[in-house]
Amino acid sequence: MTPILFAEQVLNGLQSGVMLFLMAAGLTLIFGVMGLINLAHGALFMVGAFAAASVAGATGSFLLALVAALAAAAGAGAMVELLVIRRLYDRDHLDQVLATFALILIFSEGTRWLFGSFPLYLDVPPWLGGTVLLPGGIEYPTYRLALIAVGLLVAAGLWWLNTCTRLGIRIRAGENDREMIAALGVDIGKLYTVVFALGAGLAGLAGALVGPIQSVQVGMGEPVLILAFVVIVIGGIGSIKGALVGGLLVGLTDTLGRLLLPALFRLFTDPASAASAGSAFASMAIYILMAAVLIWRPTGLYGARA
Amino acid sequence: MPDTILRTHELHKAFGALRASEGISITLKQGEIHAIIGPNGAGKSTLIAQICGALRPDSGRVEFLGRDVTALPTEARARMGLARTFQTSALAMEQTVLQNALLGALGASGRPWRFFSRVSADQALRDIAESALHEAGLLDFAQTRTAELSHGQRRQLEVAVALTLRPRAFVMDEPMAGLGAEGSKRLTGFLDRLQDRAPILLVEHDMDAVFALADRISVLVYGRVIATGTVDEIRADPRVREAYLGDEA
Amino acid sequence: MSRERLLNALLLAGLVVVPGWALWADEPFTITLATRAVIFALAAVGLNIALGMGGLVSLGHAVFFGIGGYAMGVLASHAQSYTPLYDGLFTLEGTKAMPVIWLVAAAASALAAWLIGLLSLRTSGVYFIMITLAFGQMAYFFAISWPAYGGEDGLSIYVRNGFPGLNTLDPIQFYGICLAWLCLALWGHARLRRSPFGLALDAARQVPARVQAVGLDPKRLYLVALVISGAVTGLSGALFADLNRFVSPSMLSWQMSGEIMVFVIIGGVARLFGPVVGAVFYVALEHWLGGVSDYWQIILGVVLLAVVLFGRGGLIGLVCGKERPDA
Repeated sequence: MTPILFAEQVLNGLQSGVMLFLMAAGLTLIFGVMGLINLAHGALFMVGAFAAASVAGATGSFLLALVAALAAAAGAGAMVELLVIRRLYDRDHLDQVLATFALILIFSEGTRWLFGSFPLYLDVPPWLGGTVLLPGGIEYPTYRLALIAVGLLVAAGLWWLNTCTRLGIRIRAGENDREMIAALGVDIGKLYTVVFALGAGLAGLAGALVGPIQSVQVGMGEPVLILAFVVIVIGGIGSIKGALVGGLLVGLTDTLGRLLLPALFRLFTDPASAASAGSAFASMAIYILMAAVLIWRPTGLYGARA
Repeated sequence: MPDTILRTHELHKAFGALRASEGISITLKQGEIHAIIGPNGAGKSTLIAQICGALRPDSGRVEFLGRDVTALPTEARARMGLARTFQTSALAMEQTVLQNALLGALGASGRPWRFFSRVSADQALRDIAESALHEAGLLDFAQTRTAELSHGQRRQLEVAVALTLRPRAFVMDEPMAGLGAEGSKRLTGFLDRLQDRAPILLVEHDMDAVFALADRISVLVYGRVIATGTVDEIRADPRVREAYLGDEA
Repeated sequence: MSRERLLNALLLAGLVVVPGWALWADEPFTITLATRAVIFALAAVGLNIALGMGGLVSLGHAVFFGIGGYAMGVLASHAQSYTPLYDGLFTLEGTKAMPVIWLVAAAASALAAWLIGLLSLRTSGVYFIMITLAFGQMAYFFAISWPAYGGEDGLSIYVRNGFPGLNTLDPIQFYGICLAWLCLALWGHARLRRSPFGLALDAARQVPARVQAVGLDPKRLYLVALVISGAVTGLSGALFADLNRFVSPSMLSWQMSGEIMVFVIIGGVARLFGPVVGAVFYVALEHWLGGVSDYWQIILGVVLLAVVLFGRGGLIGLVCGKERPDA
């Protein structure tokens, strides 16, 4: 294994980590403010990807596709919030799980009905194509580098939103005390719709951004959703910082596990079985990480102590 | 001292800058009712939580039956006979009154790992549960769903469940909370009879009840015990009058 | 007899009469559908022990379902290829005998439930949901990337496993085995609800603090409930694999976990027969709507949404009122 390969994999880990962060941030925000566990977050990721793929297909513009993804996911999120989700805030987690599971079925089958079962393809825009030469002689795809940059920009933006804007103040107030914020004259229903749409928009953006590096198809959202849950369990529910740190940890563990574990197994057994055992255990690495965090800190790295 | 059942020694507990317990040392002796009074925020709930095992003190010890139980979890202390009641009723509302009492007896028996026998057919458990309900005056309501009980009856059921535990000491967190004059009087009479069974550490706001029941009173203010004594001594203590009774007198 | 008991009796009668009719009318496909429904119901009875009695919202029950399935697949595949499972200090052969397979399936799932429970019960509420889902996904990806037993493609068994004295290849006889297991599990669940353990677990679901105050550890109660629950669901997994003579990672997927939970909820959570109603309803819907439209799951989604939002208490609650049946 060369240092360059290793560095590339670290960058890949960062890239998948920031995309997980986009998903996890919305989930954790929605849970923190409204106390809602939303399984349909993965469906919004898929909506974003499909919106981007179809707009890019029709117009050829990647930027327009991103705007469409954001708008479609945020719009779908707001609509779902108004129709269904707001009836669930006072329900227990079981009801929330089931209702949002039902939404997954509706979104997935609805998308299959509209677009068919075949994957769509979203191309990397020409101006982000090719590779860049990084210091140390690492040739890395420009597009993936751009993803890392966008993810970090969104993280900074969320931080700014949370600390410096009125919306952020209201969100934090809503996390602490619903009645207080209602007493202050904030329209809590509207706030919840906005927060949900914001989370949905982030998921849609993530879906559109990863569209060019994986295929856009029905069911693409749920594996990412479950990874985002792992991120949240590691980072701590309700913490955006936890979502970022957890996302990066999971992204890096996953990619490096796939690189290193087969190599590690090769020290003990023959190459063929090392490859298969290594890849099997690499697929478990992030869950083992999660288990370790749970043993060490049951409420996650940045979660409030129970 | 064999007659000291429960003792705390220099309990300290802080939540960030808030010092909820600052060196609390109290004792509960055989046969007595020891009341803890104090204004809101004095740290009474924190003290109870440490005694019963819901909170671990930052430093200090809790001793029960001569044994250091500071590191034991709540359920182990309960199995030793430390029976508590809750400020807001913690009862299984969907179960019947009898089932709540059976649960207490089951916990005390230490044999919940039976999966096929009928709990209601276990005569030993039933006897304990029914006699506790009888003492609490709830036997007529044995088959009533707990959610349908009046507030006062729920307070009595709290005590009845504690009774099923073969208690060596009771720790009661505001048993009179939310009761009217009538209900409060009835429960006062009940607790008075219980004190022969096991001593009671009583945290209570209802001063009439405290003065009627307590053998000793400790006054807790800002995490410190500022005075301990008999009812008369506490009534006469100027520090207590200033810190606590003063705003009522 | 209460309305719910009457309904339960009718359901049981239906589970006997309908396949009996199908046998008489020579409709083997109906028997297969009924077998599928009964096995799903058994899986959901397992989940109902954790979810209905213990309030544990486990979104990872497909793990146990899948482990049961793979227990069957692994044992039977070794038996059909005449290769031992383990050949070192001693020799461990595969088997085609259902009783052994069931035992292994239940034990392996119970072990998995114990391990998952030890970790996930360190937390509660929404963390627990996410963690069980995550461990489910872990098992899924492990099965996909572990090539020895078919990996992504799964594992086919040529001939259904055997049971002494029965011809398991005959659909109605295999159905009888599955129905017997379902009845046994329902009976066991009914006993469990009235047992000392059931009382303690029910209280632990409602007020953990009270259970601690009487000297019991709620987490141990939850853990034991999860182990029992996992064993029952694992057993159903072995039967399901035998029904299809095939096991694949899809038995371990999160969709499967969601579906098992849907069976319980559509029928009515914590109702003894909730899982049966839910599973029968699901299989019937799948069969009829699946014939009408490829997108039948949209309708399932809408039904589920309606049950959750408006019809709390599930289908049984709709028929028998909302009152929780007393134990």
